Amino acid sequence: MTDLSVANNTGMAAFDVEKVRQDFPILSRQVNGKPLVYLDNGASAQKPLAVLEAMDHYYRTMHSNVHRGAHTLGDEATTAFEGARETVRRFINAPSTREVIWTRGTTEAINIVANGLAPRLRKGDEILVSQMEHHANIVPWQMVAERTGARVLPVQVTPEGELDLDSFGTLLNERTRVLAITQVSNVLGTINPVAPLLEQARAKGVITVVDGAQAVPHFRPDVQTLGCDFYVFSSHKLFGPTGIGVLYGREQLLEELPPFQGGGEMIERVSFERTTWNTLPYKFEAGTPPIAEAIGLGAAIDYLEGMDRNALEAAESELLERANALVETVPGMRVIGQAKRKVPVMSFKIDGLHPSDIGTLLDQQGIAIRTGHHCAMPLMDFYGVPGTARASFAFYNTLEEVGQLFNALRKIQRLLA
Amino acid sequence: MPSVAGFIFCPRSSADSAAKTHSIDKYTDMAASKELFLENPLGKDTTLEDVLDGFEFLDDWEERYAFIIDLGKQLPDFPDDQRIEENYVHGCQSQVWLISHYDEDSGKLYLLIDSDALIVRGLAAIILVALNGKSPRDLLATDVDELFEQLDLFRHISPTRGNGLRAMVGKIRDIAAAQAAG
Repeated sequence: MTDLSVANNTGMAAFDVEKVRQDFPILSRQVNGKPLVYLDNGASAQKPLAVLEAMDHYYRTMHSNVHRGAHTLGDEATTAFEGARETVRRFINAPSTREVIWTRGTTEAINIVANGLAPRLRKGDEILVSQMEHHANIVPWQMVAERTGARVLPVQVTPEGELDLDSFGTLLNERTRVLAITQVSNVLGTINPVAPLLEQARAKGVITVVDGAQAVPHFRPDVQTLGCDFYVFSSHKLFGPTGIGVLYGREQLLEELPPFQGGGEMIERVSFERTTWNTLPYKFEAGTPPIAEAIGLGAAIDYLEGMDRNALEAAESELLERANALVETVPGMRVIGQAKRKVPVMSFKIDGLHPSDIGTLLDQQGIAIRTGHHCAMPLMDFYGVPGTARASFAFYNTLEEVGQLFNALRKIQRLLA
Repeated sequence: MPSVAGFIFCPRSSADSAAKTHSIDKYTDMAASKELFLENPLGKDTTLEDVLDGFEFLDDWEERYAFIIDLGKQLPDFPDDQRIEENYVHGCQSQVWLISHYDEDSGKLYLLIDSDALIVRGLAAIILVALNGKSPRDLLATDVDELFEQLDLFRHISPTRGNGLRAMVGKIRDIAAAQAAG
């Protein structure tokens, strides 16, 4: 563990990774007889005890439906549920909880926006995305484009894996209606300079949507500083439960958008003559919401906010630096995505090895990574690969684990030689 | 979102898709292809017993996978011109192709599988050892699950991969069933 002591001497004293790992029960399990090395955080992050306990406590002590019952449990559940909404509002610095809508996840959030904007789109209108988008930020727009005659155009990516700003400048024009762009690439780890792009788009009256799914696990978003119209993310990548995500939208736009689904909760008054919608945010929350999940997400954010985020970022940067430094120890290994600003995500190829074989043989050594197209086929096409192997780190990973990954890769290389 | 992490074969198989993706007649007049099918050592020179014997003495994952990968090296070269859409097994992380040839003279069904992933090639080889060169009826009577149990493959291969194996076998069985039905 000399690696860690070195880390501590370089200013990470505030952050004790071994202590933090105690907060995540799953990290102490074994896989295939080896200690789990979980490097698939980009797909989904693990949950701290605080989240598990918050959800357990909710079900054990206060479960009931929210906003309904004339009883104590209902009041307590509603208070906890709306408290979580306030926690999210604070986390993203939204002006109001009316602008924080629970969704099933990033995917549903984007679908709500895309469908909501459909009535405004006409033939010839253009929707800008980027070549590095997750399918969740491409396909909903394509579906809406098909219905409306609008076109979905990708902002190009440079070979290093950064947004091609010239391409953006060329594509943004008077026909552009929507800019839907990811803040961080799930494949490349690139942190995109979204703020200036959003500013240019806004100046042309373009509606802006930011996919924050891969960003929020690594840094706090500030929707007001970003100046976006919509910001979306999932709970499960943010160390919270699955099944819930967030759609932030500017209040005025959310008021204008039609509801996504009809049902209970989202209405003000229903009659066969005329039904009217509930106020924000409930207009977009038909049916009984994921109450325990909202509370769990709130607990995840509280957990993160209870730590020194700068120290976490520094620890993550150190993991990525170590990984980068070890690449040359694996002959034929090539990192895909060499952007200057990255979250700790490393997509890679190794000459002569299929990503699927790499994934299987790492798993045999207790190491979990993701392999495949990462739901970003246009980006795979750009790099001319059917898929990559991807190690994605979280603050609870150790420098030792990074070393284990590379030892394991060299072992695989020997085995398959 | 559709996710195929750690997944090799698709759980997509039906007699309908088998009929569509493997036009059996097409290869019967191709002499070279026929030779290729008949020369496949898997199920002929390399028998189920060889595989079972081999597996018996492997005790760690390295040996087990080295053995599987070695078996994959016995897959005959797949004809380049058959790496086409209609033979492609869709939705998989690694590229998988499957073609078949029914030999009228012997009444046996011959199979060729190809993949760009080494472990997939090895698992495909094990499937071929069990199923290649049998009559459709014998093929359909073969309990592949039991074989996998014997090889202890399900325990050492992730469940998604196990499902993939089953799906692959299902696809081959569909082809056999279509052939048996005439």
